[in-house]
Amino acid sequence: MAYSEKVMDHYENPRNVGTFDNDDDSVGTGMVGAPACGDVMRLQIKVSDDGVIEDACFKTYGCGSAIASSSLVTEWVKGKTLDEAAQLKNSEIAEELALPPVKIHCSVLAEDAIKAAVTDLKNKRGE
Amino acid sequence: MELTGKNHFELFGLPVQFDIDLTAIGDRYRELQRATHPDQFATGSDQEQRIAVEQAAQVNDAYQTLKSPLKRAQYLLELNGTPLDDTDTQMDMAFLLQQMAMREELEKVPDAADPFSALDKIRNELKIELNKVSQQVAELLSINGDIDAAKEPVKKMQFLFKVQQELDELEESLAEQL
Repeated sequence: MAYSEKVMDHYENPRNVGTFDNDDDSVGTGMVGAPACGDVMRLQIKVSDDGVIEDACFKTYGCGSAIASSSLVTEWVKGKTLDEAAQLKNSEIAEELALPPVKIHCSVLAEDAIKAAVTDLKNKRGE
Repeated sequence: MELTGKNHFELFGLPVQFDIDLTAIGDRYRELQRATHPDQFATGSDQEQRIAVEQAAQVNDAYQTLKSPLKRAQYLLELNGTPLDDTDTQMDMAFLLQQMAMREELEKVPDAADPFSALDKIRNELKIELNKVSQQVAELLSINGDIDAAKEPVKKMQFLFKVQQELDELEESLAEQL
């Protein structure tokens, strides 16, 4: 199957691959897995005291579309508030990357990962 | 031969459960293949030929599903009316952490001092996990098992088989470089 140019770009030059220290109170971690294919994704955000995402990183073991989806999300959420980030929709990711129907679940994985990261941070802060 | 309306297990004369006799399904497959082979209906009507093609496809589909533990488990969930949901990405956190760790280790294998022993280490770890999960799946997906509770271990199976597949591919590519 042919990947779109944008997927190839993120796949070949993934943005923000890495890890933040999960013990850091300003770090939220989202971990999800895709039952359809066995891909796993970890997405982390570093958040300021006033709830703005200052940095984001990810590590994804999966196909090109899953890597591209998570790479794109780390770019998109920087500078956003937690609530804005939690509103991100998988359809926006799928549209931006021109994902074919069989790869939509990759964008769902990325949406769920950022939501899980936001929830994790809110839990840490007792919100 | 009347195959319509039979599920894969019934077609192969098996109890509808995860644990099955794999040797028996191989024998039964060849038997069914002979009985449904479209060549047998070469002189039959269009209708008979069409049915033969459909039946051969059904037999093939059933065999592919039954012989793979993962497909067999997923099929049992489907029969129960509770198929895996592709968009359900939440899982036991400890399991996901372990999955990330396994794949990180796998990623490091090519740079290890002894890549093949590094591979063996992961393979052993994987085998233990797969045995554990397969046993759970077999218990829950048995005739009087708790099918609804089988979803979680079947999901885990999918991830473990993915690691297995990547491990096999990596081993093959390492062997080619020798």
